Amino acid sequence: MQIFPCPFCGPRDEREFHFAGEAGKTRPDTTQTVSAENWAAYLYDQRNAKGAVREIWVHQPCQEYFILERDSVTMQVTGHQQLRKDQP
Amino acid sequence: MTGRRVETGGLIDRSRTLAFSFDGRSYRGHPGDTLASALLANGVQILGRSFKYHRPRGVWGAWFDDPNAIINVRLGNDEFPNCPAATTPLENGMQARAVNAFPSARNDIKGLLDRFSRFMPAGFYYKTFMWPDWHLFEPAIRRMAGLGHLNPAEIKDYQSGQAHDRCDMLVIGGGPAGLVAARRAAEAGQSVLLIEDHPEAGGSLYRSADQIDGQPVADWVRAQVQALTAAGGRIRLNATAYGIYDHGMVAVAHSNGLTRAPDLIRVRAKQVVLATGAIDRPLTFANNDRPGVMSLDGAAEYLGRYGVLVGQKIAVLATHSHALTLTERLGEAGADIRQIDPAGKLPEALGRSRVTGVKLGSKRIVCDTILASAGYVPLVHLWRHAGGKLDWDAEKSAFVPGQPPGNMIAIGAANGTFDLEHTLEDARAAGSGQPLPPRSGGYSAQPPAPQTGSRKRQWIDFQHDVTLKDIELAARENYVSVEHLKRYTTLGMASDQGKTSNLPGLTAMAAIQGKSVPETGTTTFRPPFVPVPMELYRGARRQQQFHPLKRLPLEAQHRAQGAALGEYGGWLRPGWYGDGDTETEIRREVRMARNSAAVFDASPLGKIEVMGPDAEAFVDFIYYNTIRTLKPGHIRYGFMLTETGIVYDDGVIARMDDNRFVISCSSSHVEGVNGLLEAWRQDGNNPDRIFVHDTTQNWPTVTVSGPRARDIVTQLDLDINLSPDAFPHMTWRAGQFQGAPARVARVSFTGDLSYEISVPVSLVEALWQAASDAAAPLDAGPIGLEALSILRAEKGYLIIGKDTDGETMPHDLGFGIPRQRKKTAFVGDRSLHSDKASQPHRKQLVGLEVADNGAPLPTGAHVVTGNGAQLQSCGYVTSSYHSPTLNRPIALGLVQAGCGETGDEVDIFHLGQRRKAVLTSPCFFDPEGDRIHA
Repeated sequence: MQIFPCPFCGPRDEREFHFAGEAGKTRPDTTQTVSAENWAAYLYDQRNAKGAVREIWVHQPCQEYFILERDSVTMQVTGHQQLRKDQP
Repeated sequence: MTGRRVETGGLIDRSRTLAFSFDGRSYRGHPGDTLASALLANGVQILGRSFKYHRPRGVWGAWFDDPNAIINVRLGNDEFPNCPAATTPLENGMQARAVNAFPSARNDIKGLLDRFSRFMPAGFYYKTFMWPDWHLFEPAIRRMAGLGHLNPAEIKDYQSGQAHDRCDMLVIGGGPAGLVAARRAAEAGQSVLLIEDHPEAGGSLYRSADQIDGQPVADWVRAQVQALTAAGGRIRLNATAYGIYDHGMVAVAHSNGLTRAPDLIRVRAKQVVLATGAIDRPLTFANNDRPGVMSLDGAAEYLGRYGVLVGQKIAVLATHSHALTLTERLGEAGADIRQIDPAGKLPEALGRSRVTGVKLGSKRIVCDTILASAGYVPLVHLWRHAGGKLDWDAEKSAFVPGQPPGNMIAIGAANGTFDLEHTLEDARAAGSGQPLPPRSGGYSAQPPAPQTGSRKRQWIDFQHDVTLKDIELAARENYVSVEHLKRYTTLGMASDQGKTSNLPGLTAMAAIQGKSVPETGTTTFRPPFVPVPMELYRGARRQQQFHPLKRLPLEAQHRAQGAALGEYGGWLRPGWYGDGDTETEIRREVRMARNSAAVFDASPLGKIEVMGPDAEAFVDFIYYNTIRTLKPGHIRYGFMLTETGIVYDDGVIARMDDNRFVISCSSSHVEGVNGLLEAWRQDGNNPDRIFVHDTTQNWPTVTVSGPRARDIVTQLDLDINLSPDAFPHMTWRAGQFQGAPARVARVSFTGDLSYEISVPVSLVEALWQAASDAAAPLDAGPIGLEALSILRAEKGYLIIGKDTDGETMPHDLGFGIPRQRKKTAFVGDRSLHSDKASQPHRKQLVGLEVADNGAPLPTGAHVVTGNGAQLQSCGYVTSSYHSPTLNRPIALGLVQAGCGETGDEVDIFHLGQRRKAVLTSPCFFDPEGDRIHA
């Protein structure tokens, strides 16, 4: 059972976390024309990489969404960051 | 009678006896016995029948390596299926029965099956029962397959405790290696946990030595345990580490005896020392599965630990250098020993139901027991679970630990070090954090090459009845990869997980192909190392503890008023009130709500506050509907979509002031909506300018609805002008109730004038009482969720997930305007213009009236076109009730546009029956809205 780092609460058991999505996906600006292909890619295309991955997870007890860097083969956690861009 | 109890020795308590039975016969054993040792001591040799051919089987090993003796045990009123006899401690009153055998293991009527064995090789089922259809044969084959009998009665109080533990050093295995390593580390100040699966520490010492360091074994073991605990170390007996999972978590099953569930302990340690020892590798020879063929190590263990000598005339077939010590111990105990060198010839066990001799070439040796060992197999399972690599040691003919996983070392026999002196050197180094000495030599094993091509059957996997011939067949049919071999022949797939069979199996495959063992490779080692009950994983996560019901603050009041409580969306809520006929009570409640007024508990309604300078833009983005034009004090109905454009939730949103909104989502969707809001807030927005706060449980709600609602609410002294002009439909007002703040919303889920009154928890009891008191003189009163369901369906109000499905978009529900007009971005916007979303024949929400004066339509019935092979569904009924207000059936459905216009008759099809219905507007009651705006 894995131990994940919550930026708010510290290391916690994996059962407290929930996967939210792959990091780095940008929502297309829907006030402009978005092609069906681009929208479908945004909705459905997953890299599902073998090896190093960057993902968004949520720590459910505190509701913190954050970026988790880990290895999908060795399950090693290599880093984590807060999602917020304007860190004080 | 071959096995017997010796006069002295072993860890059993000879001063007490335990009575038990096996296949209906009574026997006696001692505390400290296992089922297997007690049966052997009583001279019982046949303990079960094999899985496929129903061959008689005895005990092979003395602990978890025994693949054969699987027993159903009845103790008290409970029945425990598939207990391994070699690891099940004997208890007084046990009624044991062999599995897969009827009427008994000695005389099994299906024993005849063995005669047909040559027609049932590996892959027999795959090849034979394919035509015309496997499913024809499956039920009969399933009845014949399987082992123990499962009693469906639940075992009382059988619940696994769940615990977490941590330490600097976890030592797995309490033999000489584990004891010395643990003691050293504890004395050096580390926090140490030693786990041992037997009831006593000592491991292999009882079978292999009389003395250690000049002390009797038992004294030495006791001294180590005392020193370990004196230094602050902990020891846990009867505990098996059965798996190592991600991030080094070690799962330990701690046995509490047969009748109580084991506990699951999840251990995290900075360092793990593997001192799990080794087991015997069976020798592959003809009829090597006969009762009386046993592991040499196992026989020594039965003698050393349980005081049982397994045979009187023993033939020993061993092909490794350490066999002699063990053999001598058996001889000293009184057995007549014959050493036989099996090299070069194919030995054959003689005897039909048990061993009567061994044949080697032309020589026949009379014996009652054959002890076989092709060498030691280090127990590296946990090493592999953790990701450690293995090296092949040709001298020892064994896989030994190679490159280690993160924080683990292996010592002693688990590390391929099979003599005591070097084992203790390993242990001392591990305990003091020194590098391990080089792996010792001094041991060699030469398992004979498998004798392929023989007509005699040689067993590889005892529990699953896989023979060398099956492996030859697999090789001929090109199932040569070990993973294919395993699945084709079921080698190693029995409940012993191939502990004894994997190495002989893959060695045989390697020999057949002319490859080396490491080239052939091993199958994947997976937890659990020993069988554990499913209960271990369930623990306290059961029933209410698994999914706790949410309880209303007013539950006691509802009960006092005679409510029938039930689960609605995770909450325990009143379904209806009164103990009359259910349908009658529900209809009474509906009529009361329409004729006078209803009071109901709406506390679970979501109340999620969204605040902050960016709140307006945020909720406008979250909602399908335009929210930025909503004025403070007003309320709007709307949908939340997923990014795929599917309706996720509906509800109303109220604006408190410029920067503050309250989202009133569906009762069962509060956590989901809150999560969705948090996700968008933190990912893509500035979380310092938007705040989301779920206040659902802070603001319980009492709703008063009906034509007399205003008369009731007036009496609550809410300090609000209730006149329709001052407080119209779809607005909210801040008032007070008994000096505390009250939020009153004029929204309706019934189609009648309604007030939702939310107050702090401490006042909801008083509010409920006041509303009920005011209602009573008007012949108004409480209603439950069932009546509310009918009231909302009469008005055509939908319930998300009931009247919508996984394809429903807002324009299917008659809310198409934001899709066409909303200019700003919102969740799911682009998906509403996909090809699929724009199709003309999408399923739409409609009303359905019964055209044949019959009963309400069944929920789930299909609206169909065509007949026979052309019969086609174009929608289905989602909600259906008898409407007490209209005194006729009503229904809502999702039906394809184009299937008919409003007023058209359509066909309804349900379980072969056809009926007629008329398409209508979903709103059956007060379509002009006079009553809601009253």
